[in-house]
Amino acid sequence: MEAHEEKPIIYTMENKPIVTCAGDQSLFTSLYTSLAQQLPREPMEWRRSYGRAPKMIHLEANFVQFKEELLPKDGNRALLTFPFLHIYWTDCCDTEMYKASVKDDMLRWQSTLRLHGSVDWLIVVVESEAKKKNKTNILPRTSIVDKIRNDFCNKQSDRCVVLSDPLKESSRSQDSWSSFLTKLRTLLLMSFTKNLGRFEDDMRTLREKRTEPGWSFCDYFMVQEELAFVFEMLQQFEDALVQYDELDALFTQYVLNFGAGDGANWLGSFCAPVKRWNGLLLRRPIDMEKRELIQRGEASLLDLRSYLFSRQCTLLIFLQRPWEVTQRALELLHNCVQELCLLEVSVVQGALDCWVFLSCLEVLHRIEGCCDRAQLEANCSHTVGLWTYATEKLKSLGYLCGLVAEKGPTSEDLNRTVDLLAGLGEERPETVNSLQSPYKKLNEALSSVEAFEKHYLELSHAAMEMYRAIGRMRSARLIGKSLAEFYMKKGDPERAEGFLDDSLRSYVAEGWSLQVTHTRKQMAECQKLLQQTEDYLQTSALLAGDANLTVEERKHFCQEILTFASQPPAPSDQTVALSMAAFAQLRQMQFSPPGAVVHVGAALQLELRVRCLMPVAVKVEQLAATLHFSLEQGGARGRAGSAQRRTGQGPQGQGDGVVLFPQGSPLAGAGMGASLLPALELYEMQDRSPSDSSLNSTGVVCKNMHLLLRRHDSSASLDTPTAGALPAAIAVDDGAQMLRARDITLQPGDNSILFTAPTGEPGSYTLRQLCGSVGRVQFVQSHIYPVVQYEVYSQEPQLTIEPLSDNLLAGIPQKVKFTIATGHYSVKKGDALQLSNTDSMPILHSSCCSATILSSTGERVGESALSIQSSEKVTSISLPPTPPYHTLEFQLEVLCHIPPTPFKPDIERLTNGEVRHRPKSHADRGMINIDQKVSIDCPWSIYSTLISLTFYVPFKAKHSILSAGKRKYIQVCLQNVSDTIFHLADPVLTECQPTIPVELLSLNAKTQQTVCSQQSVFCLWEMRWVERLPLCLQCAFSASFAPVSASDAHTAFKPYRYEFQLDRVSTLYSLKAEILPPSGDQHCRTGTLCGLEVSITRQAEPSETEGEEEESTEIEGLRTTKLMYEVVDNSSNWAVCGKSSGVVSMPVAASATHRVQMEVMPLFAGHLPFPNIKVFKYLPHSAVPAIQPDTDSCLENDTMSLLDKGLDDQGDTASIRSRGSVHSVGSGEQQRVLPMPRLEPFSPGQVFYLSQGRQVLVLPVTDDHVMEVNVT
Amino acid sequence: MAVCIAVIAKEVCSYWAGTKACTPSTCGPAPYTFYLQVFGHFFFSPLFNQNYPLYIRSVPIQNELKFHYTVHTSLDVVEEKISAVGKAMADQRELYLGLLYPTEDYKVYGYVTNSKVKFVIVVDSSNTSLRDNEIRSMFRKLHNSFTDVMCNPFYNPGDTIQSKAFDSMVTAMMVQAS
Repeated sequence: MEAHEEKPIIYTMENKPIVTCAGDQSLFTSLYTSLAQQLPREPMEWRRSYGRAPKMIHLEANFVQFKEELLPKDGNRALLTFPFLHIYWTDCCDTEMYKASVKDDMLRWQSTLRLHGSVDWLIVVVESEAKKKNKTNILPRTSIVDKIRNDFCNKQSDRCVVLSDPLKESSRSQDSWSSFLTKLRTLLLMSFTKNLGRFEDDMRTLREKRTEPGWSFCDYFMVQEELAFVFEMLQQFEDALVQYDELDALFTQYVLNFGAGDGANWLGSFCAPVKRWNGLLLRRPIDMEKRELIQRGEASLLDLRSYLFSRQCTLLIFLQRPWEVTQRALELLHNCVQELCLLEVSVVQGALDCWVFLSCLEVLHRIEGCCDRAQLEANCSHTVGLWTYATEKLKSLGYLCGLVAEKGPTSEDLNRTVDLLAGLGEERPETVNSLQSPYKKLNEALSSVEAFEKHYLELSHAAMEMYRAIGRMRSARLIGKSLAEFYMKKGDPERAEGFLDDSLRSYVAEGWSLQVTHTRKQMAECQKLLQQTEDYLQTSALLAGDANLTVEERKHFCQEILTFASQPPAPSDQTVALSMAAFAQLRQMQFSPPGAVVHVGAALQLELRVRCLMPVAVKVEQLAATLHFSLEQGGARGRAGSAQRRTGQGPQGQGDGVVLFPQGSPLAGAGMGASLLPALELYEMQDRSPSDSSLNSTGVVCKNMHLLLRRHDSSASLDTPTAGALPAAIAVDDGAQMLRARDITLQPGDNSILFTAPTGEPGSYTLRQLCGSVGRVQFVQSHIYPVVQYEVYSQEPQLTIEPLSDNLLAGIPQKVKFTIATGHYSVKKGDALQLSNTDSMPILHSSCCSATILSSTGERVGESALSIQSSEKVTSISLPPTPPYHTLEFQLEVLCHIPPTPFKPDIERLTNGEVRHRPKSHADRGMINIDQKVSIDCPWSIYSTLISLTFYVPFKAKHSILSAGKRKYIQVCLQNVSDTIFHLADPVLTECQPTIPVELLSLNAKTQQTVCSQQSVFCLWEMRWVERLPLCLQCAFSASFAPVSASDAHTAFKPYRYEFQLDRVSTLYSLKAEILPPSGDQHCRTGTLCGLEVSITRQAEPSETEGEEEESTEIEGLRTTKLMYEVVDNSSNWAVCGKSSGVVSMPVAASATHRVQMEVMPLFAGHLPFPNIKVFKYLPHSAVPAIQPDTDSCLENDTMSLLDKGLDDQGDTASIRSRGSVHSVGSGEQQRVLPMPRLEPFSPGQVFYLSQGRQVLVLPVTDDHVMEVNVT
Repeated sequence: MAVCIAVIAKEVCSYWAGTKACTPSTCGPAPYTFYLQVFGHFFFSPLFNQNYPLYIRSVPIQNELKFHYTVHTSLDVVEEKISAVGKAMADQRELYLGLLYPTEDYKVYGYVTNSKVKFVIVVDSSNTSLRDNEIRSMFRKLHNSFTDVMCNPFYNPGDTIQSKAFDSMVTAMMVQAS
């Protein structure tokens, strides 16, 4: 309804449901206006049959005077003219009058209705006050209304309503109006429901008969359309649309069935040849012409479809769904084309194109007519399909009618055009006056080449713009491409180029190879016309290598290049540089030798494997790779280091000198840009802290980001030929060093080319660009990626001497390896190494000494004997002639004598702990090392080379003196600190300066022993003497040793010598301890005090020399020395009660004994070892502090440990806290400051403790339930 | 009747690159460099090769180029349809995109996997036996078979599909459809 008001242009059917009026016409006329106004004012709910949703509906009606002709006759199913309700109007209020005339009239009316089976009627009695007042003789009891109800509505009292004072503005009047209208609406709806239901039933019945032979779709169409009309009349556009959609579907199904071989008779009329193709007509709500055609069964398929769509379109626009129109239109057009094809309808060629073109534009015009500009722009996506379709159709019409050809249409084309235009018929009256009607457009476009071009371009650009606007770039490019084709046809390659280039780029970028090939072919044609030689050749090169083309085509393009290349260059012309990518692909490069690191002047070959993409063999005059030379700092870098760096370089580096070039995915194989793209090189990066190599951070690094993040366009420029030439950087630089190969014939497929790399100067050479020349054409690859490089180095001659084993051991012959890297020096005949001899390390040369010569790659080249001459001072080794950059290796045996004096001082002092921190692992084990320096004169240098060798002494010796009463033993402990197993033989101990004869009696049984690594051998000798022991004894231990592995046992034995000195050997005192159980008890018990009796006995008169040392005092003629004793219990077995230490004066006489009584308490039960008792020399403070006893030689350990033990123990044993001054024993400094008495320990062996190792039985306390037994 | 079936790579390819493990000293003269490569030499640039066909086959072969153009152009609509669905809705998005657009000769249907690999089926407009349901089931079959291809450990994601199983499945489908 709103559509009516807003768009008055739209002509709609002015149909309304018909309501007839009988009775008092003047009365009705007076009420008509307000009735017609008020009826549609309020909506009414329409409940529908078949479960359809109820609807609110505004009712309108067309009130007409009742005539009998209006009533439908039997079988007439026209719905539009069907009177839905019959109303009888009367304002009779007079019974007499009623009886006289009105009743009869009503009866007649009723019988007529009954005759036609119409039951939808209503009697309206209009009451007015004015009339009543006039007629005072009204019987109030029985009103006219009652009478009428009584007469006519025997059961339906609601069929008679009263309208009171309709023309007055009173509330009563209002009420009666509204109740009347409600009644009227209800009855109308009831009538609709009933009549439409009946109609639908009839229609359905008719539809069910569709398999019967006489059935006609056109008849049925008319019936169902009637229903659609009624719904439209009732403003139920949705329902109306459903009717048309049903018809559409039914028809479609028939066509499909026909296609499937199930043809209906009536379809025959639609199979008639198409004679008119004047397009859709959407400007009229109902195209009566076509409707009549259908009604007559003369409509063609296009007529039917057109009519159906125009109706659907009208309804959709009523429903405000213009975008559905466009969508349906496109479907319809596609569908019609298909259906005509399916029904095998004969159509003049091009006629359908005309029809589609006109229809597209008609739909677009129709949509434009009902939408504003902003709406249209926002809904491009809905209309663009129609635009494109129209463009396509116009294009094909243009091609058909010869409007695209360069020469214009031929007469045949003109005939065809005339035929096509004839089928359009006359322009419809609606558009005659409009300037831009589809009809006019088509007429114009087909009339001349220029007009066609104008219209075609206009449409194409419009469609392209729309596609661009909605982001459908691919579709836009496709139109662009067809435009390009158009331009090419018109012989206008300049304008085509841009479109082609644009499309080509997008296809290349997205990797659609067929399109690329196709477009590239067009591009080549275009470029050839434009005479863009370079671009044309580049495109040709790409096409020649394109696997999508046939071999003939490829050969053609290849020939194009070759022909150009072979032409003699014009003076102005330069060579043409093309991208190598189109011509050939690099597959791999292989260096020989594989390390790609060679010395100056060495031969280095590079094998390049290239896949030639050309279809025929191409003769390349020169293939050259430019080298970038860079002088690396430290040109004479170690060979090994650089070689390792080389291997594994680049992601494809295989470590064997092969560089593989990444290949793109197969689809890109035909010379597409993608194949040349660098790989993403990701490296894991770990940052470790330098101190403890813990991980600080880790990450992934892209090493070739600069290549990957290049702009898209710039990298594509090489592959898609554009107007611009290749970058200037490609210009081949002749001055640089090059790898060159001349006159090669590249066969299609893989080719192998061998280059010889220049190695004239030390430095690093990187391959930069590759350039193949074919006549005037050069194929250039500007970058070679991954990086291919090789290194040339120069090296100074170098001599190294290294041990053959882990450590060199002193004392036995050891092999050392001499390695001479000749570098650039060539060893001539007569060159010799001069080694200056040292006494401590003689060189043992045997006759069978030979040298090996190795080449730079580590291959064994030769071997020759060495002649070694020794003079007193110099050992001369004459070297065999060796070429430069070779390695000369030989081995020599050397022997480092073990120095006889034990040179421990430096090291041994540090023994306690500190040594551990020394870096050398050998120090851990206490190996003594000897550094031997060898001075060598080399022939290539005027300076001597000083080489240091470190030898390790394999043994460590220790000695100690053991006592048993007065008897003395010497023990030597020899520890093998090396990793080698030795045989040890003939241990001999001798006295060096025998002032007083002492017999050393060997207690060692075996003569030869095996000493494993880290094992020790102990040797023991008893000392026998006649008179007395010397104060000081110089001893020398010697033994011979040989490695177990030594073959020649006799010569292999080498001497080992260890010298030491013993002082104060003889026993001065003996100590004896006794533990006495408490009186009356037989055994000691835990927790009870026991007596400890210590007796100190002087064993011998001190010798004179000893006496000097000993501090003695003379008291009453008796010489005494002061001793301090101390009870030390290390294991906390004993608690010393009372004093634990004391000072005693000992007479300086043999067998003088001193007894001390102390009390101790056992803390545990069991066999407890006796507590330890120690004796010190007690030196009064006045005495000049004696020089600290020399702790060197072997004594220091024992002495020191004794002291240490004492100091350590103080924490354990409370009883010796009291000793106080003992602390200061070792500290001489303190002594000087404070005049305190001093303690000095005895040498080992001077005091003999008899009770060492004795145990006493301690019983537990009897009532102890828990017995602790301590077994030691 | 003509049918074309295409599988098109996702927009932005995830690429498997040679990953090199090394210590930072590799950049300098390191005595040792070691690296591991994942899945051989397979490289590609994120800038290139988006939306390229992983697999495309059509019968009859004469119209191949036209099919390629059609499929390629249909990507516009696929993209439009994917982006039309909101980000939040993307999870519940139906994979089947329905009819992308009709042309006079062909109907183009689209389907997008969750990983944005696109399937496109083009059938003759006149082929009335293929309704929406048939197309749907064709896509489902295609997707299943594609999943099998992806599960193959020897297949590098992003390579063109050369699986025989996939090929024969497509052949069967084409025979059935035409």
